[in-house]
Amino acid sequence: MKPLLKTLTETFSPSGYEDEIRKVITKEVKPLADEVRVDALGNLIVRKKPAKGAKDPKKIMIAAHMDEIGVMVTHVDSNGFVRFTGIGGVYPRNLPGGHVRFANGVSGVIGLEPTNQPAEIPPLSKMFIDVGASDKKNCPVKTGDVAGFERSFLDLGDKLVAKSMDDRIGCLVAIEALRALKSTPHDVYFVFTTQEEIGTRGAQTSAYGIDPDLGFSIDVTGWGDTPGQKDFEVALGKGPAIKIRDGGMLSDPRIVDWMIRTAEKGKLPYQREVLLGGTTDAHAMQLVRGGVPVGCISIPCRYVHTPAEMVDINDVTNAVKLIVAMLSNPVSI
Amino acid sequence: MLSIDKQQFKLLEKLCNAMSVSGDEGEVRRIVLEEVKPYADEVKVDALGSVLVLKKGSGKNPLKVMLDCHMDEVGFMIVHDDKDGFFEFESVGGIDPRHLVGKQVIVGKDHVAGVIGAKPIHLASRSELSSAVSVDSMRIDLGPEGKAKIGDRATFATKFKRVGPSIMSKAIDNRIGVAILIELLKHAPKNVELCLAFSVQEEIGLRGAKVAAHYFEPDLAIAVDSTPARDLPDYEGNENISYNTKLGFGPAIYVANSSTIDDPRLVRFLEDIAIKEKIQYQFRQPGGGGTDAGAIQKTRAGVPVVSVSVPHRYTHSPISVSRVDDWKNTLNLLHSALKKMTRDLLVHK
Repeated sequence: MKPLLKTLTETFSPSGYEDEIRKVITKEVKPLADEVRVDALGNLIVRKKPAKGAKDPKKIMIAAHMDEIGVMVTHVDSNGFVRFTGIGGVYPRNLPGGHVRFANGVSGVIGLEPTNQPAEIPPLSKMFIDVGASDKKNCPVKTGDVAGFERSFLDLGDKLVAKSMDDRIGCLVAIEALRALKSTPHDVYFVFTTQEEIGTRGAQTSAYGIDPDLGFSIDVTGWGDTPGQKDFEVALGKGPAIKIRDGGMLSDPRIVDWMIRTAEKGKLPYQREVLLGGTTDAHAMQLVRGGVPVGCISIPCRYVHTPAEMVDINDVTNAVKLIVAMLSNPVSI
Repeated sequence: MLSIDKQQFKLLEKLCNAMSVSGDEGEVRRIVLEEVKPYADEVKVDALGSVLVLKKGSGKNPLKVMLDCHMDEVGFMIVHDDKDGFFEFESVGGIDPRHLVGKQVIVGKDHVAGVIGAKPIHLASRSELSSAVSVDSMRIDLGPEGKAKIGDRATFATKFKRVGPSIMSKAIDNRIGVAILIELLKHAPKNVELCLAFSVQEEIGLRGAKVAAHYFEPDLAIAVDSTPARDLPDYEGNENISYNTKLGFGPAIYVANSSTIDDPRLVRFLEDIAIKEKIQYQFRQPGGGGTDAGAIQKTRAGVPVVSVSVPHRYTHSPISVSRVDDWKNTLNLLHSALKKMTRDLLVHK
């Protein structure tokens, strides 16, 4: 599992530019699925059909987003310095000294304009990427080019660190659940979605196309177990978090019950998640067409949207077990 | 290459001088209907008032390409009659109140002439002079015989002008897109099925385009709009790094804004066409703002989109400035692109 996670997290995939990661995931899932297709917005839709003779199969959509936050060039100045803006939730305080890599392989470092208030975090407009160019002409990138953050995968034993655990860890859980799912009474659609970080866009259109009976997303959530963190009960290593609500969605109580019932029956650890800010693909899935009952299984993740996002491998394996158990039995909600 | 002839100038003038504030786009709609009918295979006005035009392609299963431009403009709505010819109003769409005082406006179907006044400098206190006047405290003055009803729309009275290489008008955003789409219909290439949406209510939330895209269900879509240029020199001698776009640098191809990450396949395709056909182009700086593409992209099971805009200075003010060459190059970039479009464009590599 760890080597695949290393490949997944180190692959380039800013929102809207998910081609590379889609190739990696396609290679993994093709031998495991009954049907694999890519839709208009680039979502990778992977279907596992119901076992023969299955009664009343439910069409279940499970979304994990393939995209990650990144940056985009706004201007290359006359000295070859690259001005940029964020794609998705890019927080200025996480950037100085960081490395980025463009789709064409060019790397750069993030520099800051001098300031007489060094204690304050400057906005993105006071930062630039230095790709080693000396003028506009020999700068190997141009306005509109996209870069992802660079940081190699770090294995700390149970704890794993990477720049894009959000949400490659969800992709890993989906892939491993598909691998472990030998047979299902349901018509299951694992969807590796695009453009989540900029507004759950891929999930919205893929859910419209699939028209599921019910569904859930697999994504990271916040953490409450490091110094100074307050009022959030989710901790790393205590099991996957079953989302009750977040900033954009109230989980359908029937989906929450289904998740909790299955976890308790299988003696799997889980945590109850009440998140005040942020949301996931389930937010968009819930509101397509005539509405869809949805929930979310979260992987607790420290330092979200920094280049060092940390998860616990036990939460990952337990999330896989939970999802496989959920999909292996009939469900009525 | 297509050129901008006298007729097109006349049409753009007529379009720009018409009043078409969001939600009440009748004047522009009537002009559009009259222009498109002789060239279209199907024309309909949808439930929200957008004009939807179909021009069939030849061959089996041609690529269905939606071109969208919005017919509406920012403006005002009368909300209260204060008597004696004074009318309270609200803005429709994004308008900077600092642009308003001292401006001539036209109100209602009869284009009744009015003015938005303010206290003259002689009578204003120092503190009043250093702060912007809020829309709440402004009135449209129609004179004692001026008639207007609650709910009437109003817009700037500025008349279209051609000045050397430039055009100056209110509502270049987005009558220039409307003019371009009409011209593209007249020169529609046969390899694609063209779905033209002259859509309503863009300025208040991309509303018309959303339902138009649901109706057409296209294979891909291009929003043709007009975008701000902030290309004036920096008087402290620094390089201007936040110009958005520049006049005279050609059509602005979008890469990202707050509503869309433009489909990289379509962005590269347009860039390649521009280079091959030697059409001047620029990338709009990624940043805020949005176009109808944001709504179109998310309809049904999703639509690959890109936006292309004619740059103009002084957006959403009584008078904007554009270059005729940018207009012409935008028309030609789109025309050349349409001619070269095939289904291969949408293959995920």
